[in-house]
Amino acid sequence: MSVPIHIQPDETFVLNVGPQHPATHGVLRVKMEMDGEYIVNAETVIGYIHRMHEKMGELKTYPQYYMNLSRMDYLGALGYSHGHVLLVEKVAGIEVPERAEYIRAITVELNRIASHLFWFGAFVMDLGGFSPLMYALQDREHILDMLERITGSRLTYSYYRFGGLYNDIDDQFIESAREFIPRMRKSLKKYHKLVTGNIIFIKRLKDNAILSKETCRKYGASSAVARGSGINYDVRKNEPYSVYPEFDFDVPVYPEGDSLARYNVRMAEIEQSLRIIEQGLDKLPDGPIMPKKAPKIIKPPAGDYYQAVETARGNFGIRLISDGTKVPYRLKLRSPTYSNMHLFDETAKGMLIMDALAFMGSLDLVIPEIDR
Amino acid sequence: MELTFFNVAVAVTIAIGFAAINAAYLVWAERRGAGRIQRRPGPNINGPLGLLQPPLDGIKLMAKQLIIPGGADKALFIAAPVLAMAPAIVSFVTLPFSDTIVAHNLNVGVLAIFAFASLGGISLLFAGWSSRNKYAVMSSVRAVSQAIAYEIPMLVTVITVVMIAGTMNLTDIVAAQKGGIWNWNIFPFKAGLFNPLMTMSFLIFFICALAETNRAPFDLGEAESELVAGFHTEYGSMGFGLFFMGEYANIVVGACLTTLLFLGGWSCPFGLFPGVWWFLLKIYVIIATIIWIRWTFPRTTIYGLLNLSWKILIPFSLFNLLLTAGLLKVF
Amino acid sequence: MVTYFSEIFSGLWSLIIGLSITFREFFSPTVTVHYPYEQVVMPERFRGHIQLKGDEEGNPKCVVCMMCQRACPSGCITVAGKKKEGEKKKTLSKYTLDFTKCSLCGSCVESCNFDALEFSKEYKLASTRKEDFIMDLMQRLEEQNK
Repeated sequence: MSVPIHIQPDETFVLNVGPQHPATHGVLRVKMEMDGEYIVNAETVIGYIHRMHEKMGELKTYPQYYMNLSRMDYLGALGYSHGHVLLVEKVAGIEVPERAEYIRAITVELNRIASHLFWFGAFVMDLGGFSPLMYALQDREHILDMLERITGSRLTYSYYRFGGLYNDIDDQFIESAREFIPRMRKSLKKYHKLVTGNIIFIKRLKDNAILSKETCRKYGASSAVARGSGINYDVRKNEPYSVYPEFDFDVPVYPEGDSLARYNVRMAEIEQSLRIIEQGLDKLPDGPIMPKKAPKIIKPPAGDYYQAVETARGNFGIRLISDGTKVPYRLKLRSPTYSNMHLFDETAKGMLIMDALAFMGSLDLVIPEIDR
Repeated sequence: MELTFFNVAVAVTIAIGFAAINAAYLVWAERRGAGRIQRRPGPNINGPLGLLQPPLDGIKLMAKQLIIPGGADKALFIAAPVLAMAPAIVSFVTLPFSDTIVAHNLNVGVLAIFAFASLGGISLLFAGWSSRNKYAVMSSVRAVSQAIAYEIPMLVTVITVVMIAGTMNLTDIVAAQKGGIWNWNIFPFKAGLFNPLMTMSFLIFFICALAETNRAPFDLGEAESELVAGFHTEYGSMGFGLFFMGEYANIVVGACLTTLLFLGGWSCPFGLFPGVWWFLLKIYVIIATIIWIRWTFPRTTIYGLLNLSWKILIPFSLFNLLLTAGLLKVF
Repeated sequence: MVTYFSEIFSGLWSLIIGLSITFREFFSPTVTVHYPYEQVVMPERFRGHIQLKGDEEGNPKCVVCMMCQRACPSGCITVAGKKKEGEKKKTLSKYTLDFTKCSLCGSCVESCNFDALEFSKEYKLASTRKEDFIMDLMQRLEEQNK
């Protein structure tokens, strides 16, 4: 609810939603100038978890940099590794066997579902309903168990290598993935009955923080923030990469622009990811997972290269400027959440603090990704 | 029973003891219930089924240091938790548990209980204001406006019941519902009076009881995920413990009132063996529903809350009042 | 006017549906692992900290080629070898892993051409001193051989 407000400057107070707060999903500080319950001015302050990933990119060789990408956004780690690996393969001219491409697509989509499930749980918990978090985390456990059996880790996978994968999947993985798909569909129905249809939830999110198309374009928003305002852009369809052209899936777009639309986009994306996993498992070819001559030392030719992928958070891009040596000259990581977050500063003016925090939850912020 | 000092002392002790034990063990019930809803066990390590958890939690809370923030108003700071707990315990003195079990049967029992309940609102204001903390002030303001908005439909529905029963004495209100499940006030088929909206007024009363005790989905005062802990942010150790116990004692009083006014108190659904065990069964069913509701629904906004009260509950309850008055006059 | 009433009824119905779902979940079994009374078995490829592999006699297979030390992005491995008299190759004299810096990326295990390293399955690694995490892997191999 945005109401025009008149304030005298000495009637406001500054509320510091500080770096340690249950609602901000990480270390984000928001300095809010408030008039009673209305926000007059909001300013986000970041940098509390800056770990210099881009500087590390200038000091480490290409194979030593694999795991940095997983630590950037730990909830959707495989998408980021995918971008990095695709870029270096494109640049150094390494051929990837088809089986590896399909397995990469399947694991990336599984990771996207896990990330969206965690967002769903945390979002509804922000609004006050504590139980869907536990149900969502239980579903996420199945995915994490599946991925742990093949990669060895549960959260920060260093699974992709230049040219293919670290190790192959086995039949047990395919079986559990096939079993997971109908179970997840049943759970989605449960979530829709418990949360999406609930009148308290709908009243809370309808017409909450409406973002117009122009505002989204101005800030460079991507993923559910843009698709919830009617912009039909998905990197997997508009700039196809890897093996995605072979899959048949839709891109959900909702025109309303409020928090309920963003929520609906992400829930629909889970269903589309399930479709991709089904098709990937059906079409999985046999073969090796690493090329025969996988180079150990990578020295890409000098130049300026870019690769964008669609991760759970949005349009993630890596730019590599190489000068022909073993170590990149500059590695720039374009973080999607950084662009999404700054929408908060502009849109939160005039909102109630409860609505502003619901809006922040619907933006799906992961602060380590902003600060890199 | 004669009003000797001994009788009164015993009665009051039993009433307070019931309230205190319930408040302590409702915490256990809530944690176990929440755990089972979320498919995890809840506390099960301290004692069999985790039953020793509340006493051990109490010992832990008493061992902590009570920190009073610098610059806080000391008198109000210490008075607030006491004011939160005291009205609930005192209300137990007038609540009848069965035909013969009542500490002191006031003739205006209903009025007394609601008078004490209004005092609970003051404790919210004291707690928020004296903490000298912006979060606390904001949330106590919200909580007070919520308390005021929800007292009105609650009292209007209670007036409806009092009109039907003809008396404010709680024992007599229950006596008027004797004789089987169809005579209870929740159902519209009372002997000689057909009021189709009684179920709706039961629902209104239940929602208002949830809102008055600051219970989800109306727990804006506490709002854990937004304002840290709301009006009791600055309270540690026994201050927090008293607020907690006061909330649960209020829930027990609310459940008792619902049973007495609408569900027939201690009468059996089939008209046989009335007694205190039916009363206890009914209040525990209502308390289980209250816990169940907390762990299912998200929180409403302050506007949704106030809209619900002023635009939906008050018109319906006033309409019911007029209808009941009209029907009583005609029939 | 009609929407006012229909909203109230549809809202109440949605709340009741929500309550029925949690009611069903209340009677379902728990899905948590009651640690420490029940334990989780780690899968085969689980990445604990690395450990040396021994050959039939129990000596480490490592030939001190230093590939793992070079491949490690965080610089946690320190390898030293000595040439014994009368032998051509070096034998391992010291292998220290600084686990406080390790990120479990697996580059060392992958880069070893002599199959001398593997992941252990240790996950109960809580301690109060930092020195417990500067691991001497040769000592660990000896203790495992006993």
